[in-house]
Amino acid sequence: MTSSIATHLPAAVAYSTATVPAEGLLSLAWLLVALPLAGAAALLLLGRRADAWGHWLGVLASATSFLVGLAMFIAVLGRPDDDRVVGLHLFSWIPAGNLDIEAGLQIDPLSLTFVLLVTLVGTLIHFYSVAYMEHDVDRRRFFAYLNLFIAAMLLLVLADSYVLLFVGWEGVGLVSYLLIGFWFQSTANAVAAKKAFIANRIGDLGLLIALMLMFATYGAVDFATVLDGVDGVSQGTLTAIGLMLLLAACGKSAQFPLQSWLGDAMAGPTPVSALIHAATMVTAGVYLIVRSGPIFDGAPDAQLVVVIVGAITLLFGAIIGCAKDDLKKALAASTMSQIGYMILAAGLGPIGYALAIFHLVTHGFFKAGLFLGAGSVMHGMGDQINMRQFGALRTYMKVTYVTFAFGWLAILGVPPFSGFWSKDKIIEAAFVGEGWRPWVFGSVALLGAGLTAFYMSRLFFMTFFGAKRWNDGHNAAPGTALATQPVQHPHESPRLMTYPMIVLAVGSALLGGLLSIGNVFQSWLEPVTGSVEHHEPVLPVWLIMVLTLALVAAGLLLAWRQYAVAPVPVLVPVGSTLTRAARKDLYQDDVNDALLVEPGKYLTRSLVYADRQVVDGAVGGLGHSMVRLGEVTRRLQTGYVRSYAATMTFGLVALVAVVLATRI
Amino acid sequence: MQSAGFPWLTVLIVLPLVGAAVVWSLPSSARAWSRHVAIGVSLVELVLAGLVALSFDTGIAGTYQFSEVHEWIPAIGTSYAVGIDGVGLLLILLSVVLTPLVLLAAWKEHGGGGAGGEDRSRHYVALILVLETFMVAIFAARDVFFFYVLFEAMLVPVYFLIGSFGGLQRRYAAVKFLIYSLAGGLVMLVAVIALYLNGPGGPQGFLTGNLVGIELPELTERLMFIAFFFAFAIKAPMWPVHTWLPDVAETAPAGTSTLLVGVLDKVGTFGMLTLCLPLFPNASRWAAPVIIVLALISILYGALLAIGQKDLMRLIAYTSVSHFGFIVLGIFAFTSVSVQGSSFYMFNHGLSTGALFLIAGFLVARRGSQQIADFGGLQKVVPVLAGVFLVAGLSALSLPGLSTFVSEFLVLIGTYSRSGPAAIVAVTGVVLAALYVLLTYQRIFTGPVPDELTSMPDLSGREKWVVAPLIALMLVLGFYPAPAIHLVREPATITLELVGVKDVPNAVTEARVTSGAKTAGTDEGSTT
Repeated sequence: MTSSIATHLPAAVAYSTATVPAEGLLSLAWLLVALPLAGAAALLLLGRRADAWGHWLGVLASATSFLVGLAMFIAVLGRPDDDRVVGLHLFSWIPAGNLDIEAGLQIDPLSLTFVLLVTLVGTLIHFYSVAYMEHDVDRRRFFAYLNLFIAAMLLLVLADSYVLLFVGWEGVGLVSYLLIGFWFQSTANAVAAKKAFIANRIGDLGLLIALMLMFATYGAVDFATVLDGVDGVSQGTLTAIGLMLLLAACGKSAQFPLQSWLGDAMAGPTPVSALIHAATMVTAGVYLIVRSGPIFDGAPDAQLVVVIVGAITLLFGAIIGCAKDDLKKALAASTMSQIGYMILAAGLGPIGYALAIFHLVTHGFFKAGLFLGAGSVMHGMGDQINMRQFGALRTYMKVTYVTFAFGWLAILGVPPFSGFWSKDKIIEAAFVGEGWRPWVFGSVALLGAGLTAFYMSRLFFMTFFGAKRWNDGHNAAPGTALATQPVQHPHESPRLMTYPMIVLAVGSALLGGLLSIGNVFQSWLEPVTGSVEHHEPVLPVWLIMVLTLALVAAGLLLAWRQYAVAPVPVLVPVGSTLTRAARKDLYQDDVNDALLVEPGKYLTRSLVYADRQVVDGAVGGLGHSMVRLGEVTRRLQTGYVRSYAATMTFGLVALVAVVLATRI
Repeated sequence: MQSAGFPWLTVLIVLPLVGAAVVWSLPSSARAWSRHVAIGVSLVELVLAGLVALSFDTGIAGTYQFSEVHEWIPAIGTSYAVGIDGVGLLLILLSVVLTPLVLLAAWKEHGGGGAGGEDRSRHYVALILVLETFMVAIFAARDVFFFYVLFEAMLVPVYFLIGSFGGLQRRYAAVKFLIYSLAGGLVMLVAVIALYLNGPGGPQGFLTGNLVGIELPELTERLMFIAFFFAFAIKAPMWPVHTWLPDVAETAPAGTSTLLVGVLDKVGTFGMLTLCLPLFPNASRWAAPVIIVLALISILYGALLAIGQKDLMRLIAYTSVSHFGFIVLGIFAFTSVSVQGSSFYMFNHGLSTGALFLIAGFLVARRGSQQIADFGGLQKVVPVLAGVFLVAGLSALSLPGLSTFVSEFLVLIGTYSRSGPAAIVAVTGVVLAALYVLLTYQRIFTGPVPDELTSMPDLSGREKWVVAPLIALMLVLGFYPAPAIHLVREPATITLELVGVKDVPNAVTEARVTSGAKTAGTDEGSTT
């Protein structure tokens, strides 16, 4: 495990994008999308009739999709390495002459990785939700949206062109909107949902402009033409396309400067936070960049911006995560930060593509597990989410505690848990390069690991360790603030919830190590991400690892002293300037308000006024004469349809007469 | 060409008019059946138009089919000439799909209490049928004078539909509509006459086919172009001559707005595409930069105004100003992709705006108010209504998977290859669209439910039948737009040939062509 990231890889850069047509089992890949889509359609159209059993239909659709995905995976695994990029043509979608867009799927190691992650984690979360949403009258609608999400996400990763990808891309955005606002009776939730959609749309501008650039450059927008044809395209164009794709990724993956929506998105039910806003959808930006690897390889400037965005977000999220008292919002900040790691890795080029996806997969497991654990805590604590009112929960909910601990160790990067294998490699890769870059980016990645250890340990200890800070019915002296809190009876969640958590915890523990044996995961992705030459970091690999582990230990110990040993104040302390800023998400909303929202409101109000007073009035002198004519006509109105008709007919005849007169 | 065969188009044109006559001449004992008769007629019309579509040869969609030419007033060179290419067919299909839905949506309106109720309802459905005749006719007209007469004559039924059946300000709105339209029409009339005088003359001197390609003095051509364009811009409506539309939409019944904005306003963009461009190609190229700027202003201005509206119907009207901006942009970007996009956009916009107006109409009828602030939390109370409103809204913001996306995408991507800056300005409209749709949805359907709304009934079976076909069409054409695109592809190519512009070749192809033997890796293909 001390080997550097690239030592196992052969020294050649090659993308194997030669696509072979799908046959046999693989030609059924459309089922992956169609099954959950049919599930969603059935659940929505059947309405209340399906309330009693609809959730099981949802589980079935997702699980079947997983099984189909598994079968595809085995089928592709059985093929030789250079024969693993398979195309499935579906139908002619937009045959607009010199823009001829076919709808087709691309089944390759990268898309299959996502298919397995999305359907496996998705199915687990479907099961979990059966219990979690048991008392919600709208459980059927919830499962319809979950199924729709699976379908859209699979379309996103299976599409063989950027425009079909965009269908899935906006599809998951829509479902995200629907699920953040699932409890729409609260205006705050509805506002959070809208905010997420708008921020995503700003990112989508990037994808749309990238599509325009591709069409203007290649006359096509499918992966094969665009990615194989980069050689004939100028670096300036590739940089422009790359930056626009990055903008799209920033919106979807909550990266700086479009990150502000993710924290608010926690308004959605917790299974949604786990599946969509942690494990899968928010990582779509990473997918987009890795998929577009050849473009970024030809655009070093764009790559640099990608790395910078990743580095900023990595720290940004970690700092926010240190200050949040809301368990889910702290986890959301962590997600933002971890995706920052992935984006950073993706920006490093071929050396980082497989690492980004590797971390994406392990993160999918441990972060989904952490969120499900948070949901389980909320379930046992009467929907309380403020960690200052938790404490000592480890004895009340043992399974939740242990599974959460697995996720915590994994995200910290403690060996041999999954995160160690994936995050450490990214830190190592960040130290590769020449000039100032490896030092800056490597240090940021290293620092992030320490911060991650601190804030994750903070939330872990605040929740499960320390003293009870909730009212158990006995510990509250009359008249104290605690006595005004509802009495809590923390309890373990039902098995439908704990079993998925256990599966994810096992993944958090083992997956990283298993997939690292013989670099099996990187070799698997090679047909898409290409293989890379060996690169040596600017620091010795063992030193990087020691530094990382030392920082992690420091962060952990600091948190232990402050949040497990020392009493945690129930009331929020004033805190330092940085803490206060971090609590307010480093003023991201204030900046957006000042730069966009307020000027926008002012502009809209002014235009509404101007439209009435200026434009309407000033269309020639017409405005005034019109009103007068209106009055005249009003006087003429007799109230009988016939007389109007007569007048109009007369007018028409007069017009024709004028025409005839001028001609003759 | 089925020119010698059965006069399909004439049948399509006359049938609704006959239906209207029947409705009006029903004896008072049978007046309760007027709505049934009207819907029956509109359904027969729909089936006939479907048959026409099936026998339309999409392989030559750019050629006018089902043509009929008859002498009308040979003294002034005007004929009764009809024929459809793919674009005309698509818009006729839109008209015949929307008409029965509008009639069905208004089943209980205008008929309410009082002895005059049945009578009002009778007039309403008859006027809608008259309007259908004009809609079908104008999209089939192949004679400039005939087109002009229809262009003006269709004001009559609309005037009465607004003035007799609308809200409080209906008279003002109807007159405003009439004056704006007449102003445009009169200017156009001058150019119509001038066009004939410059044309070949003779008893068929007004046939569009005889006027395409005539040589015109530069100034004359430009003036005539401006005159035509002015009339069409008012109709479309474009900034800054759009202000009649919000006033009309605010007061007109939802069904009227559906046909007015969904179909009638398309006469403006249809006119630009099928008359302005082929008749005045040089002037079209000359004016394109200015028109593109106006279109961009329309896109952003309409969207911003929509965000600022407090009245639901005015809001929908302003969204249309924005969407018409996209259509005009695509037409004057002069690329085969953008022109196809605009042609298809005309159809899709009819579906999405029609759905929005009709569903908003259901809402307003339930609440007795169209002020957005009078609503709230309704998803809880009327989930089906909320759901279909959301789908219609998503269609307005061009969500991929719905048909509007395909057309907006084609307009944007096609425009970019002609003018990058224009496309990039236009694409910001995509964000504004998300704002006006989701803000509205949030205000009407989310949050706590006000007490007075807790008993609002959800969509009835009849109302579901009004909405379902529209949503089904949006979805089907979103995932499988090929049939519609086949209809508009060849017309777009032919129109651009007439205008005399070629598509901008893409950089890679161009690099290959120009660099010849040079290796691909050294090419500096530029996109701008």
